[in-house]
Amino acid sequence: MKAFGHPRSPYRLFSLYGLLVLLSLLVLAPLLYLLAQIFMTPDEASQFPPKILPSGLYVGELKNAIDTVPIFGFILNSFVLAVSIMVLQVLTAALAAYAFVYIRFAGSRFWFALFISTMMIPWEVTIIPNYLTVKSWGWLDSFQGLIVPFAASAFGVFLLRQFFMQLPRELFEAARIDGCGHFRHFLSIVLPLSGPAAASLAVYVFLNGWNQYLWPLLVTSSDAMRTVQIGIAMLQFEELTSWNLVLCGVALVLVPSFVLLALGLKPLVRGITAGAVKG
Amino acid sequence: MNSSLYSDKSKPVLSPASAAAPGSRINAGMLRRMREHLLGYLFLAPSVAIFILFFFYPMARSVYLSFQLTDPRGRVAAYAGWDNYSRMMESSAFWNSLWITVKFTLMTVPAGLILGLLCASLVHSAGKGSKLFRFIFSLPLALSVGTASILWMILYHPSLGMLNYLLGQIGFGQVQWLTDPGAALDSVSLMTVWMNSGFPFVLLLAAIQGLDNDIMDSSRIDGASMWRTFFSIKLPLLSPTLFFLAVVSIMSAFQSFGQINILTRGGPAGSTDVLVYSIYREAFINYQFGTGSALAIVLFILMLLLTTVQFLVLGKKVHYQ
Repeated sequence: MKAFGHPRSPYRLFSLYGLLVLLSLLVLAPLLYLLAQIFMTPDEASQFPPKILPSGLYVGELKNAIDTVPIFGFILNSFVLAVSIMVLQVLTAALAAYAFVYIRFAGSRFWFALFISTMMIPWEVTIIPNYLTVKSWGWLDSFQGLIVPFAASAFGVFLLRQFFMQLPRELFEAARIDGCGHFRHFLSIVLPLSGPAAASLAVYVFLNGWNQYLWPLLVTSSDAMRTVQIGIAMLQFEELTSWNLVLCGVALVLVPSFVLLALGLKPLVRGITAGAVKG
Repeated sequence: MNSSLYSDKSKPVLSPASAAAPGSRINAGMLRRMREHLLGYLFLAPSVAIFILFFFYPMARSVYLSFQLTDPRGRVAAYAGWDNYSRMMESSAFWNSLWITVKFTLMTVPAGLILGLLCASLVHSAGKGSKLFRFIFSLPLALSVGTASILWMILYHPSLGMLNYLLGQIGFGQVQWLTDPGAALDSVSLMTVWMNSGFPFVLLLAAIQGLDNDIMDSSRIDGASMWRTFFSIKLPLLSPTLFFLAVVSIMSAFQSFGQINILTRGGPAGSTDVLVYSIYREAFINYQFGTGSALAIVLFILMLLLTTVQFLVLGKKVHYQ
């Protein structure tokens, strides 16, 4: 402890940065491996002992991956799925949260408790009946089957409710005096003001949708409906595949996630912190 | 005296309608209130419909199915009573899968929290370059179970994989990462900690940055060592975030499925057969929806117990500002 000495002593700085570099190398290593592999020619990639770095920036395998695997189809499916779930969930959550905060109706406490109780039910517990339901409606292998079960979430209601409660009450009263009904109040005052909270929720829901695995695995069966997570995992079973072709697919799938992470990290953290920790 | 007040017709009235006929005032108020109730339900309706169709109804149906035998198409064939449960309790596969789930949780959750806390504290103390490190440590947030599992499947390849090559270079023998029953769960856990490391880091860093610097400074001035400051001041102040992360990560560990399905399919010899994977196997590979539902009910009860215990025991130690 004494050895660490002054907070800015050279010894302490050295150990601090040493540890940081070591840890970041551990976190980065698999991703750097991925980055190196996608620029290798198939020959380089299958050499043993394995090559660490590609000899040049060879993009043939990336092109090959795009040509042989319906990767953009997978990406498009996941995108449609994630965006639809996102829009629906933000909308249903905003409506319900509005009701809980601004409308006085019988049993609102009961309903709120009921909503929260759905957070206690792990999704896997209901997966068998949900599969049977979706199957009986003929929704297997369709977008409805992928999207509709996720159109509402208690977490979203909870998050937006927390946010609405912080909006100044005077706004609401002023609007009421001006004769503004609930619909107009919701659409023209509350929704525009809830931008930050809605953005947090949207990023969170989008990422969850994009990363879904078990449900799409169960309800999709044709290549045309496969989402990225399932499609990418299927690559390993195709005979055509060389390793770096698979890794090129992985890299292509990761690009949208990295873009979203760069854009959405701040609202995501803010939203989750506000909703969960300060609850 | 009082009665004259009530009968006073010149009492100021709120709306002209009620002045015209005393009865209609009640009606108008009731109507407005009725409209308000109706509106409330109208706003709730979309969420309620989804919850009933995809949470409450299936929850009840899971309970129902767990007492039935079904044919492969999911239709009830016969009433099984408690048979599904008693056979489950007698099967060693069930107890194995419970034990594997617990082991997997113990291997991934504490490691993930400690790693996150370590990285977040270090990044917070770093001056120059802290943005770069923050970026690096939050990168795994972009990973998904599909991409991460495929990447590690290739890294874990026994003869051509990078990990065994590197081990060989520093003089160790080959490890059968995913095919040795003694190593498979460790390998899956390692990959899981890596894949999930972004979330605890990002939340803990936000929490550390939100701490009141004055408290830290004054404790340092009072001569408290770095470790003392960390354990008796920082850690209690971070406890709400840590508690939240613990609850969320334990839940997600209990629900892990994707990496198991891609990397090991529950094998070798059941060594990675976590609970959700065994539900999937029973219901969607063996088409035993009845026993699958019984397993699902066990998962539900376990998670409920776990969450309750966490809130009762751990929750008490949490220090909310």
